[in-house]
Amino acid sequence: MHIVNRELDGNSAGYWALLGGLGLLVLIGLFAAYNMEHHGHVITGMNNQIVWGLPHVFAVFLIVAASGALNVASVAGVFGKKAYKPLAPLSALLAIALLAGGLAVLMLDLGRADRAIITAWEINPTSVFSWNVVLYSGFFGFAAMYLWTMLDKTAKPLYPVAAYGAFIWRLILTTGTGLIFGFLVARQAYATGLLALMFIIYSLLYGTAVYLLVLMTAYLGSKRPLGAAVQRRLKNMLVIFIAASFYATLVYHLTNVYFAKQWDFERFILLDGGLYTNLFWIGQVVIGYAIPFILLAAPNTRDNRAALIAASIMIVVGALAQMYVTIIGGQAFPLELFPGFTESSSFFDGQIHAYTPSHWEWMLGIGGLAIALVAVTFAVKILRILPESLADEVADPHAK
Amino acid sequence: MNQFEQYRRKFIGGALAATGAAFVPGVMLMEVAHSRSPEEAASNKNRWGLLIDTTKCGNGCNECVTACNTEHGLSGKTGLQDSQWIRKVELTNNKTNATHSLPMMCQHCEEPPCVDVCPTGASFKREDGIVLVDRHICIGCRYCMMACPYKARSLVHEDLNDTQLAHMPRGKGCVESCTLCVHKVDAGENTTACAQACPEQAILFGDLNDPASEIAQRLATYASKEVRADLGLNTGVRYSGI
Repeated sequence: MHIVNRELDGNSAGYWALLGGLGLLVLIGLFAAYNMEHHGHVITGMNNQIVWGLPHVFAVFLIVAASGALNVASVAGVFGKKAYKPLAPLSALLAIALLAGGLAVLMLDLGRADRAIITAWEINPTSVFSWNVVLYSGFFGFAAMYLWTMLDKTAKPLYPVAAYGAFIWRLILTTGTGLIFGFLVARQAYATGLLALMFIIYSLLYGTAVYLLVLMTAYLGSKRPLGAAVQRRLKNMLVIFIAASFYATLVYHLTNVYFAKQWDFERFILLDGGLYTNLFWIGQVVIGYAIPFILLAAPNTRDNRAALIAASIMIVVGALAQMYVTIIGGQAFPLELFPGFTESSSFFDGQIHAYTPSHWEWMLGIGGLAIALVAVTFAVKILRILPESLADEVADPHAK
Repeated sequence: MNQFEQYRRKFIGGALAATGAAFVPGVMLMEVAHSRSPEEAASNKNRWGLLIDTTKCGNGCNECVTACNTEHGLSGKTGLQDSQWIRKVELTNNKTNATHSLPMMCQHCEEPPCVDVCPTGASFKREDGIVLVDRHICIGCRYCMMACPYKARSLVHEDLNDTQLAHMPRGKGCVESCTLCVHKVDAGENTTACAQACPEQAILFGDLNDPASEIAQRLATYASKEVRADLGLNTGVRYSGI
């Protein structure tokens, strides 16, 4: 059966409430950014020890998820799985929107947000941030071109270029995101290229989970038919990505546990780091991996829509916990300047660094998420993003 | 030649000799210190650095920190969000319980990680090895603070309320750190506020590139170390006695 993509009507009270609610969250985020710019970072919980805080947790999550959200489109465009083709426009749109949300948070958190544009002409070839200016712009370009070739039949000849370009670019992009941390030579939590690979694997999980949640919301909200076949395919991907993410996390920590010089750091994250230990085990491992894996694999829940939604939400919660542990836990553990000595100073050397995010940081971070979602909510109303029906007989579950 | 003429010639000769004698030490000193005029650009002929003798550094003494704060207009507060360009680190050997005290600041690396990661080039290293932040193009991303192995950098978290000094511009939202008293170096003073203030002369400023300088000679004679030498950054600040 022929699949027709069509704009959402978007006239229901629910649609306007969603758009209005998200718009309000965006405004609240911008209000926080204004205050942070006006008063300085003194109003945040960030300090000279924990220099990247909750806004970065949200920003990096959104940027990593953006890359992963494009995965669904790549399965269609690069790996030729026809069943994913109708799902691809939302995938590209979501990638653009999530990246925009993440970048907005990153830019608005700068000490001098008014100077962000300087990064456009003062390029430092050795800076991963400088590379990212190019990588982010390129990702927007490729994802937008990909979307265009899917929506406009006259642009069809460019489709393969856009599909392959976006796929390769997103791998480079997430490599760049991982290496922001991986190239930090002195911190025990970072300084490993493994982070680039981990971030790519995490991106597949986070992006697919966000994709599923947006798809479900759109179809359940607009009462368009959504069959079990599409859900089953996406669910199967999630199961594989959870296993891969767990594996990547395991290898990272096993490597550290093997090196005596890393024992103190590992003990901090895995055993006695308080909040960070809890976030790692309960947040990342149990909520982010174990329970979703069981829900999605166990015979009595694996075909259940509610279980799929719950699992996707838990994956996102686990993702934020992972980012918190990676970004803030990595900074909370003190730099070791003099191995073999106990250090103390007025600048908190040798101590676990304190950090409590302020409400401004929550507002900015959630505002960034809202920017991504408001963009998607708006775009599905004005562009032919979503198939009219994803019922089993339409979505052709047996297509290869 | 009349008597007056003889006197005149003698006088001119004497005056010239006196003038010459007055200039020679200055010229010699400039030669020794490799000083340069304020108009002359910093060059890689110099590599400015510090040698810190931790055996002289007093536990509990904070004179270098106070002097640095006064010199650069820092508040001296030590809250989580306050700037500290130099701090005293107290060390206890985990095995022997031996204690050491030493000042820690920007180590002015030859291969500075802060410069590598800076997206705009605001973090930069001068030809003479001094690592600085260009406050005009720093966007406050704090990537340099993440990258610095020595925790040497601070972000200005709030308005400075006109506490800045003319020779040391600072700014809310920008990152800052020890400048190795670059304003003194450029004025030809060739010292730092911390070195001047240390009651035990535990901090020695000098040119690592000049074999005749005291710092170079001491480094050549006595054992010293770089903090985190394993990172291969070739720091401009060295420590002895630890």
